[in-house]
Amino acid sequence: MNIPPAYVLTLSGILFALGVIGVLIRRNAIVIFMSIELMLNSANLALIASARMLGPAQEALRGHVFVFFVIAVAAAEVAVGLALIVAIFRSKESIDVDEVSSLRG
Amino acid sequence: MILLEVVQGGGLFSYAPLIIALPILGLIINIIFGRRLGERFVGLVASGAVALAFVIAILQFLALQAFPEGATIPIAEWISIGQLSVPWSIKVDTLSTTMMLMVTGVSTLIHIYAIGYMHEDVRFQGDPGRYARFFIFFNLFVAAMMVLVSADNYLMMFVGWEGVGLCSYLLIGFWYEKGEAGIGNAVAGKKAFVTNRIGDFGFLIAMFLIFGAVGSLQFDQVFHWVHEYGLANVGVLTAATLFLLLGATGKSAQLPLFVWLPDAMAGPTPVSALIHAATMVTAGIYMIARSAPLFEVAQSTANLVAWIGAATALFAATIAVGQFDIKRVLAYSTISQLGFMMAAVGIGAYVAGIFHLVTHAFFKALLFLSSGSVIQGVEHGHHHIEHGDGEPFDPQDMRNMGGLRSRMKVTSWVYLIGALALAGLPPLAGFFSKDEILADANMENMAVYIMLAIAAFLTAFYMGRQILMVFFGKARSEAAAHAVENPPVMTIPLIALAGLAIVGGALNIPGIHTLTDWLEHTIAHVHATEFNWLVAGLSVLFALIAIGFSWLLYGRKTMEEGDPDPLRRILGPIFVGMENSWWIDELYDFLFIRPYIAISWFFADVVDWRFWHDWFHDSVLGSAYRNGSRWLAWVFDLRVIDGFANGLGNATKGAAQRLSVLQTGYVRNYALAVLVGGLLVLSYFIFG
Repeated sequence: MNIPPAYVLTLSGILFALGVIGVLIRRNAIVIFMSIELMLNSANLALIASARMLGPAQEALRGHVFVFFVIAVAAAEVAVGLALIVAIFRSKESIDVDEVSSLRG
Repeated sequence: MILLEVVQGGGLFSYAPLIIALPILGLIINIIFGRRLGERFVGLVASGAVALAFVIAILQFLALQAFPEGATIPIAEWISIGQLSVPWSIKVDTLSTTMMLMVTGVSTLIHIYAIGYMHEDVRFQGDPGRYARFFIFFNLFVAAMMVLVSADNYLMMFVGWEGVGLCSYLLIGFWYEKGEAGIGNAVAGKKAFVTNRIGDFGFLIAMFLIFGAVGSLQFDQVFHWVHEYGLANVGVLTAATLFLLLGATGKSAQLPLFVWLPDAMAGPTPVSALIHAATMVTAGIYMIARSAPLFEVAQSTANLVAWIGAATALFAATIAVGQFDIKRVLAYSTISQLGFMMAAVGIGAYVAGIFHLVTHAFFKALLFLSSGSVIQGVEHGHHHIEHGDGEPFDPQDMRNMGGLRSRMKVTSWVYLIGALALAGLPPLAGFFSKDEILADANMENMAVYIMLAIAAFLTAFYMGRQILMVFFGKARSEAAAHAVENPPVMTIPLIALAGLAIVGGALNIPGIHTLTDWLEHTIAHVHATEFNWLVAGLSVLFALIAIGFSWLLYGRKTMEEGDPDPLRRILGPIFVGMENSWWIDELYDFLFIRPYIAISWFFADVVDWRFWHDWFHDSVLGSAYRNGSRWLAWVFDLRVIDGFANGLGNATKGAAQRLSVLQTGYVRNYALAVLVGGLLVLSYFIFG
């Protein structure tokens, strides 16, 4: 089975757009967080697709390596992000991001 | 042998700077050690320095025998600005050496005399500490006079010119706290100085004119230029010589600037003898003789010189007739004799002028010193009989004298010789020099001759009057009756000068003309005037008649104490005029001094105080300043400067207020902004 990379890239774009929309329109911090994960993973997908387009050459491994880095960084980000959400919840009794607008000028 | 070689090699000229340096050395020694080492030391150093300068002058004379054209000894580069180059160098030629010999020779004798005179004078005036100061000034004067006569350019001459003027001022006011109302002497010094400044102003302008025309102040170059282009530039030369003449009238006490000299008699008598009779006052004559090439081209000025000289000679002689102060008679006589010299150089008889200058220095110094001797003798007599009634007594008034012949033998003899020399009786010095002037005037300008002849007649008359009043008849005061002769330190210089007054005429005796031949090396176109028996005979006859008149009036009948002057009866108001110097001082006071003071007051009070200070300074400047600073403070600072600073702050604040609307605080807005930014960057790379 040989899926053309264009399809994969298109899927990746759709996923990224979904993630963006999720971040922009949702107020629940957890959901926004999930949307960010979606964007990260769509990017991973695009990297994998690009690596495949280059073929089995030695250089293609770079794309894979990138993906692993992103996954690792995302894991760390999850830890920090969840800690922030917990801290917000403790002070606001809510995880609605619109409640956290004290930086309003 | 060695001396002869040095003389013939011209090496002696190199000693010339010493003639200035020695008196300066003397005065420096006296400044440092004078007070500590006492009068004897001071007098010895001062006289020794001048005597050595005289020796140097003799060496220059010897050197000139081998090299009559002289030499210029450069000492230093002085001023060098653009085209103007004035070196400090000494000119040794026959004219300057004549002056050097005369000045240092007469100075030496007067210095020696002053050792004795000032010893008494400082005690009489009550401040013995001033003894050293007198000799310091005296040496300074000799140094300045040497600078004047040895100059090889006008500017260096001017330095000496001013230097002798300064010494004259210092020495006239030597007893500055004495005199009329306690400031009389100081006022006399000031008068001499200010009057001389008018002349000095003329000298300065003349120098500017000469430099403007010639581009140099060196005598050689100026005279060369006059020789080449003089006839095409008579205008500028006339102007320059007129201003030089103004300078000469100031320094040599000629009309109209002679008024300072009679008052200058406030100085101690050696000062009157040295500065105000023998040397300094002849500087104007010397300067004109030195500038002979200029005056020869500017004939109209030369004529004016002759007229001024003749008028001064006559005018001052009439005043001398009516004076009672023994020194004032001599002062006016000096002015008159300077007029003779001036007339001589004016008519081109430079040799006769210089000749008379030298002989006059001998006999007038003699007369002044003898008068000092007389005054001091009378002062002694006054002290001798003083009974403490404190009655004011003038030891210089001839009415208080009389019969001194028997009490002061040496003084009366030398005075007689000096007086006869001045009166122009053969074979004394004054006869030959005055006669040469008269003979020249007789040939060149009859009117000048007549004026000078009348002046000569009056000269013989007033000298006869003075001799008869002072030395003959009977004593008209207790002081005169007890007068005593002075010590040898004073009388020996008198005898030496009397000797010179007798034989001085040999310098330029008719038929041999030593001085004429001598000066011919320096002054062009000198001519030996042939002896004119008619002129000489007439002048001797006039002199004898004048002396006869004076005997008729003052000698035949003994003058008693308190008698009026016999001449007053005969001449009436004319005598009052003579006695009061024809009210020249009062005239100048009315014409110049009062208007000057009025103008000064006007400028001080109205212009300076009321206009500048009260109105301009206080009202205009003050209010302008106050209003200006008020405007700056309240308007400019508060509105403009502060407005700018505050406006900057307000603008920043307003902008921040408006921009802060963008900060909603909602995360999604920021995220959207990031998205839009990312998209923009992307689109730039993709489409840009």
